[in-house]
Amino acid sequence: MKNSLPKLRTGLLLLVALLLPALRIAAQATAPNEPEMADTLRQNGKIYVVVAVIAVVLAGLLFFLISLDRKLSRLEKEVRE
Amino acid sequence: MSRRNWWKALSVVLLLYVAVAGLLMPVPRLAILNESIRNLYFHVPMWFGMTAILLASVYYSVRYLRTPTPELDIRAHEAARTGILMGLVGLATGSIWARFTWGAWWTNDPKLNGAAIAMLIYGAYLVLRSSFTDEQQRARISAIYNIFAFATAMPLFYILPRLTDSLHPGAGGNPAFAKYDLDSDMRLVFYPAVIGWTLLAFWLAQLASRVSLLKQKVYEKQLA
Repeated sequence: MKNSLPKLRTGLLLLVALLLPALRIAAQATAPNEPEMADTLRQNGKIYVVVAVIAVVLAGLLFFLISLDRKLSRLEKEVRE
Repeated sequence: MSRRNWWKALSVVLLLYVAVAGLLMPVPRLAILNESIRNLYFHVPMWFGMTAILLASVYYSVRYLRTPTPELDIRAHEAARTGILMGLVGLATGSIWARFTWGAWWTNDPKLNGAAIAMLIYGAYLVLRSSFTDEQQRARISAIYNIFAFATAMPLFYILPRLTDSLHPGAGGNPAFAKYDLDSDMRLVFYPAVIGWTLLAFWLAQLASRVSLLKQKVYEKQLA
């Protein structure tokens, strides 16, 4: 528990570093007559709302898994004793 | 989380990355597929994860047959159940994707039917397990069935569809990765997605196994 904070920081930094290439989407040029993509969504900026919502839902589910894992560990220790 | 749980942390980081980067990173502009090409990061890793966890299940089944312990039986069973869950999610996501690119929820494509038959074979594994009252008999026979199920399911998923014509990428001489995945932008998300979802499958199987093992221990203590 004691050294979980630096680990959390490392994880966050890793996540940010992994996401850096996503910035390139802002520079992606749109030529006419190309297959349709979600360009309008990006122009409105609303796609990021959806991405944020999905990220929150996934984070919530994963947090639930982590806490379930911890509860199980505690229960296992209790049964062993 | 302790030191030996680093892979669970890796799974969390990769899945959060895949959720964000999978929606925001640039992808090739292709007709018909459009933005649905991003399903590659979510639909395909289900099958990779399923294959890996089913292989783990076979590993536990083989170990059970060599040294029969209730723990190995539980681990094989929960791994197989997780694999079946991943496979069902894979079928459902594939069906949605097919509706909006091929125009039908289901086609009589060899890849689709092969996957469906393979899932039924694993469904029979669950039925078989539930039909025994004797625990050792259940464990031994389902371990043997599990090995045969894997050996039958894998050709249905990965070999037979390649021998005929198929709409599905990665079947019927239709290369899975040449078209999309040669794109280096997609590789940046696809490989982490495969690793992340596969690790999640192992995490789920481990949690389910630990619950079953605990249940068994508590039950034994009550009997003692």
